[in-house]
Amino acid sequence: MAELSTLEKKPGKRKTFLTAAWLGWQVESNWADPFVFLVYSIISPLSRAAILVVMYLVIRGNDFTNPEFVNMYLGNALFGLIGNVVNSIAAGIIEEREHYRTLKYLYVAPIKIPVYLVGRGIAAMAVATFSFVAAILFAAVFLKMPLHLGAINWAMLIPGMFFGFISFVSLGIFLAGWALTIKSNPWVLGQSFVSLFFFVSGAVFPLSVIFGTAQWPGYLFPVGFWLVLTRRALVPGVGHSFAMYQNLSDPQLLLLLIIYSLVSVVIAFGIFRLFDHKAREEGMIDMVSNY
Amino acid sequence: MQTEVTKSGGWRLFVRTVIGRAYPRVVGTTRDLNWLFFDIFFPFLTMVGYVFTYRALQAPSEYIGFVVLGGAMSAFWFNVLWAMASQLYWEKETGNLTLYIIAPTSLMSILLGMALGGLLSTGVRAMVILLIGSWLFQVQYAVVSFWALFAVFLLTMAALYGMGMMMASLFLLFNREAWHIANLLEPPVMLFSGFYFPVKAFGFAMALVASLIPLTMGMDAMRQLAFPFGDTLGLLSVKTEIIVLITLSVVFIGAARSVLGYMERLAIRQGKISDRLS
Repeated sequence: MAELSTLEKKPGKRKTFLTAAWLGWQVESNWADPFVFLVYSIISPLSRAAILVVMYLVIRGNDFTNPEFVNMYLGNALFGLIGNVVNSIAAGIIEEREHYRTLKYLYVAPIKIPVYLVGRGIAAMAVATFSFVAAILFAAVFLKMPLHLGAINWAMLIPGMFFGFISFVSLGIFLAGWALTIKSNPWVLGQSFVSLFFFVSGAVFPLSVIFGTAQWPGYLFPVGFWLVLTRRALVPGVGHSFAMYQNLSDPQLLLLLIIYSLVSVVIAFGIFRLFDHKAREEGMIDMVSNY
Repeated sequence: MQTEVTKSGGWRLFVRTVIGRAYPRVVGTTRDLNWLFFDIFFPFLTMVGYVFTYRALQAPSEYIGFVVLGGAMSAFWFNVLWAMASQLYWEKETGNLTLYIIAPTSLMSILLGMALGGLLSTGVRAMVILLIGSWLFQVQYAVVSFWALFAVFLLTMAALYGMGMMMASLFLLFNREAWHIANLLEPPVMLFSGFYFPVKAFGFAMALVASLIPLTMGMDAMRQLAFPFGDTLGLLSVKTEIIVLITLSVVFIGAARSVLGYMERLAIRQGKISDRLS
């Protein structure tokens, strides 16, 4: 009897998350030996960063300590993290449904799908974090950027990273739900939103370059707050010179990020439930898009 | 009553295979207009991102033109990488590769058909990106010679698609890593080919190494021929770059033929290469 009750016990959120994270790591990494995987994880982000470095070099010369460039470079590196977190969750659900064709089995398993999706995306996020650290090290060592561990405002960085992560995971969950109900090319949804974030967040250039004096696009998503706050925390002084949200102090930016992240959680998980219901009702759990 | 079946052979078979394989590439574009939209949309957005980066740096207007040209040319690079180099890998994954190998025609003609079809359909996408980008950002061109520009473009495509054909054979050696390798190649090639800046910025020696990628010389020559002051930013003279492109075309197409023949023999001997992925 006791044995039966053990078997009937549902895995719980913690176990679901850990198992999904392990699975995600296998999917991400076990196609190559660790060294090849390490090189793979570094080359792409460094090449993207190097494009920016050369563009700056041909126009402004090799003063890579210029605050304008430091903000550009850091924004570009940080934006890679956002793209990865959002896309790993949004594209993850489609990968399960259409590449591996396992989503239907996950749906009949006694697990919470959003918890599984976040766990599944953790490996991609870990790789993105590693790539980000590699880009920062490259900047500090080869470009002599003023990045010093002792100068980092940890009190701002840690909560900023935490609430930023919550916001991006929520956006990913929202997009995963939406992607589930799209009949053609659902895998581009995450990528499209990430592109949108790039233009409304001031990742590489301030909003004024596109929108002039209008600042409202920067308030649509929490991405811009997070990027500015993280820049200010990583390189205080230099980060504050970036021409966005200069009327907001660090605590005000953090407060805005917290509010946006909490609202994102409520909206994203609520909308995911609606999309999930639609997908179940309309037989989209094992659908093959573009068919 | 017997029906007489006429079988093609020799060059007729070669040409028919090329047309047969190019056909779905061209017609397929019109069958899924969503896909066509996204194939234009994403390279376009990337291009716009780089244009605004230059604007933020207050770069001279020629650089905006370089980005627009690079954005249009990126469509060809993506096509070569994802629809040429990776194509036999996709076919392997869907189980069609065996049919390709046992078909009574040469794999070279199949790949050539894929290349020509891909070139044509990608050309339309690149043209749209170029036209919209030029209009949106008011790019000024000063074309020295349309014929030379067109010749450089064709030579670049011959070398690039030749490289794609060679890579298609090499990708057959990969399993799951094929997707990752293609992903891995995307940004470094965009960096070293100078999609968004004159490749001269790397310094002569490094730019020369980067010239092994056909797009490097091709875009450098196109920039010199199409933009005001483009010649001041060129790596070599256009004439020399044309010679390099001709050499690269011959080498890549020749190498593709050799590697493909080797893979075909390997596939027949081992009977494993066309197996669905492990």
